[in-house]
Amino acid sequence: MNPLLKRILFFVILIGFWSFGSAVNLWSEVLFPSPLSVINSLVAGITDMTLIYDLIASFRRLAIGLSIALIIGTAIGVLIAKSKTADDTIGAMLLALQSVPSIVWLPLAIMWFGLNEKAVIFIVILGGTFVMALNIRTGIKNVSPLFIKAARTMGSSGFDLFLRVIFPASIPHVVTGTRLAWAFSWRALMAGELLSTGPGLGYTLRYASDFGDMSLVIGVMIIIGVIGAIVDQLIFQRIEKNVARRWGLS
Amino acid sequence: MFLTIQQLNKQFSDQNGQVSTILKDINLSVNEGEFISILGPSGCGKSTLLSIIAGLTSATEGKIKVEGTPISSPGKDRGMVFQEPALFPWLSVKENVMFPLKSDGSKIDAEEKATNYLKMVQLSNYLDHYPHEISGGMQQRVAIARALAMDPRLLLMDEPFGALDEQTRTRLHTQLENIWRDTKKTILFVTHSITESIKLSDRIIVMGTRPGTILADIKVTISRPREDHKEKMFELEEEIMTYLKKEIDKVIAEEN
Repeated sequence: MNPLLKRILFFVILIGFWSFGSAVNLWSEVLFPSPLSVINSLVAGITDMTLIYDLIASFRRLAIGLSIALIIGTAIGVLIAKSKTADDTIGAMLLALQSVPSIVWLPLAIMWFGLNEKAVIFIVILGGTFVMALNIRTGIKNVSPLFIKAARTMGSSGFDLFLRVIFPASIPHVVTGTRLAWAFSWRALMAGELLSTGPGLGYTLRYASDFGDMSLVIGVMIIIGVIGAIVDQLIFQRIEKNVARRWGLS
Repeated sequence: MFLTIQQLNKQFSDQNGQVSTILKDINLSVNEGEFISILGPSGCGKSTLLSIIAGLTSATEGKIKVEGTPISSPGKDRGMVFQEPALFPWLSVKENVMFPLKSDGSKIDAEEKATNYLKMVQLSNYLDHYPHEISGGMQQRVAIARALAMDPRLLLMDEPFGALDEQTRTRLHTQLENIWRDTKKTILFVTHSITESIKLSDRIIVMGTRPGTILADIKVTISRPREDHKEKMFELEEEIMTYLKKEIDKVIAEEN
């Protein structure tokens, strides 16, 4: 059977079971609302524009934070790939920092920047930077020595060699780094918004929770998941596959 | 003399500090326009020798001069073709050939030059293809065009056809011979195939192993195209085989 068909069938069954369970009161409507009430609150949120404004606000923070994370991450990655001393010091620290979920920085960020957008953007930057840096480092370190030899016999060296050979040769890792940085930043953004101020998807989630509006909570969770899946599968995984094919990696 | 190598020695030391001699007392003179094969069993240091001439590896002792100028680093006067094509996958065929031309002259000139050299290797229909879209033999022809595009005085080829199938190799031999005749480049061609060296070169430098030394310097006087003189080729092959057999016996004796 066609994988797409399988997937659609699976979701139909899942939602069917969910509707059935709600209809026969397998669980309380207050604790776990039916699909219909979730759809109703999503439609209401979209028609009165609150969810649209949330989406715009969240994406604005993500765009700012992720761009800064990619720039800083690339710079650090190049530095630790090129300098042994930097790799032994900063590189070791990055591995430690990467295992700390960026949201634990929020108390400090709120002290430094106040309970506002800047604190959230700071968390988003931290979420994406380290993973980008580590991928850039791997990419540069894994450039085929043959490419470098060939380029040197053609008179390329120094910065020219870096710009025209080493960097383009590590593009597959740049793409992977960007994909992972996006995923980490997206999670960091939601966590940050959940714990700080609005507008934003995470903030609306907490707001709905405070008012006991579980159907809106589930609705926002679905939006977060769908956006995550679309960006990862339809955008990044496609680019990754194309690049891998062209770079002769698959 | 166009290229001279004097008293060249190359030693490597491994992790335990053990020094092994790769090349010993290499002396070689090459005339401009000569097609020279460097022939030897694997491990005789023939690729290392080529890499030293390219300027990618440094010699422990000795001098290499191209037209009297000593060599210490890579330069556009020496083009190199490796066993693998080493084309850049993010560039199209034409852009790959334009790679060494970027720094000098205009883009239009570079494009025209690249197109001409790709015509020379009969790939003018594949200008906008990417390396992964063409066959291994075609990729190697692009690599040859790329090395020629910077108009080097000396073309260094390190077993360039080693990874190709028999038919492709035979076709590329003819193409390379034509290119050499038309461009009058000096070519140093590393190979382990006796037939290949006899078919292509004016002179064959036979190398022995452990350490790598020059065993014989043989002038090939058979007139071209060589395929028309199968008997003479066969005689020469027997002669070279006697040199190499001693080497192979030596390697086997050492390993037992």
